[in-house]
Amino acid sequence: MSPTEASPPLIDVHGLSKSFGSTRVLESIELRVGRGEVLVLIGPSGSGKTTLLRCLNGLEIADGGTVEVAGARAIDFSSTPPPKVLAALRDRSAMVFQHYNLFPHKTVLENIVEGPVIVQKRPRPEVLEEALALLERVGLSEKKDSYPFELSGGQQQRVGIVRALALKPQLLLFDEPTSALDPELIGDVLGLMKELAVEGWTMVIVTHELQFAREVADEVAFVDGGVIVERGTAQQMFSAPTQERTRQFLHRLLFPF
Amino acid sequence: MNQSTWDLLRSSFWPIVQGALVGTIPLALASFSIGLVLAVALALMRLSKVRVVSGIARVYISLVRGTPLLVQLFVIFYGLPSLGVVIDKWPSAVLAFSINVGGYAAEVVRAAILSVPKGQWEAAYMIGMSRRRALTRIILPQAARVSVPPLSNTFISLVKDTSLASLILVTELFRQAQEIAAFSGDFLLVYLEAAFVYWMICLLLSSIQGVLEKRLDRYVAH
Repeated sequence: MSPTEASPPLIDVHGLSKSFGSTRVLESIELRVGRGEVLVLIGPSGSGKTTLLRCLNGLEIADGGTVEVAGARAIDFSSTPPPKVLAALRDRSAMVFQHYNLFPHKTVLENIVEGPVIVQKRPRPEVLEEALALLERVGLSEKKDSYPFELSGGQQQRVGIVRALALKPQLLLFDEPTSALDPELIGDVLGLMKELAVEGWTMVIVTHELQFAREVADEVAFVDGGVIVERGTAQQMFSAPTQERTRQFLHRLLFPF
Repeated sequence: MNQSTWDLLRSSFWPIVQGALVGTIPLALASFSIGLVLAVALALMRLSKVRVVSGIARVYISLVRGTPLLVQLFVIFYGLPSLGVVIDKWPSAVLAFSINVGGYAAEVVRAAILSVPKGQWEAAYMIGMSRRRALTRIILPQAARVSVPPLSNTFISLVKDTSLASLILVTELFRQAQEIAAFSGDFLLVYLEAAFVYWMICLLLSSIQGVLEKRLDRYVAH
């Protein structure tokens, strides 16, 4: 139905498994995400959704299965890949963290240009220009010389998103980007993410914001017990989930008490 | 106070301060700089996953902390010559103090590195950094801030410990005081004077520490 079905997927995951000690966190995950698609992962805490997300850029090292992002050679996790291979995987994506993880000893602008200039070795003037344009876009131009501790949570997270965008990744990963924010600051961040989705960025998002998922996700996957229990469009998932576990989870989320 | 006490104070003050300027302070600065480099290396070795590497660092630190500085100094200056290794008094002192500071500061640096939140490593990896680059550009600058107070204490201790160099005849603050005291016979006055100069140096260092901490405050990850 969509052109992404025909072209090779941007993310192709086969049989991905991960254990922490004797606890199996992910069990033979199969996942395919097309270019320009937005996938939202939902599920209870400890379900493995964040681990799955982190396996996509090698922050978590799976112990079985393969991960392929953006047509690079699929990485086989049956043995631990060398750092160079992991670095190549990370090159393709950028992540936005729950706790922002901005560098506290660097200004907003330095946080953004660190990756492009120091790691990617792109010319500094060009990167600075882009960084300033991105800051302008998220309404933080006047904060460019501030340090992270001088910003609100919502501002820090917008800088986190700009830092990710400045890397010019093919894939954006979001790990509960609004969970640490005060309720009144969530809107700014979700609004920005929605814009990015509309612009055609490929995004994988772990979130509990169902309303946001409904508006933005091309696909929603419910993760529980280390497996993808069910997946479908937001419409299908929220109005007519087929699995009992999905139904229970959504019910708890919608009616917490 | 009588006239001769005043004369002694006046005539001895400058030589003692001079001892601080040409001996104590350069000795402390040189030893601390070298010791700090050593400490960072040892801290990284301690954090290494390779057993042998962390083991070597562990033994080094244990040895340095488990033996008196004076003994270390004497082994180097009076002991090594019997192996044919003759080191001049100044370099002997710098060597002994550096080795000593390296052992103590290594644990401080290690703790500081471990205190940087895991998310900082992850963000560094996320933007594509290697482990080495993450360490030098992201982790160590933050660890440096955390280690300012304990390292300042190490430095202040070192300044006082350099008085031990007088025992291998290095011309420094206390050696000067000893000579003047022996010459004049007024031990109490001259040694109190030496104590006063040490105290002034340490007060100055404490206030520098305060300024440094305030300036580096924004570097802390919350």
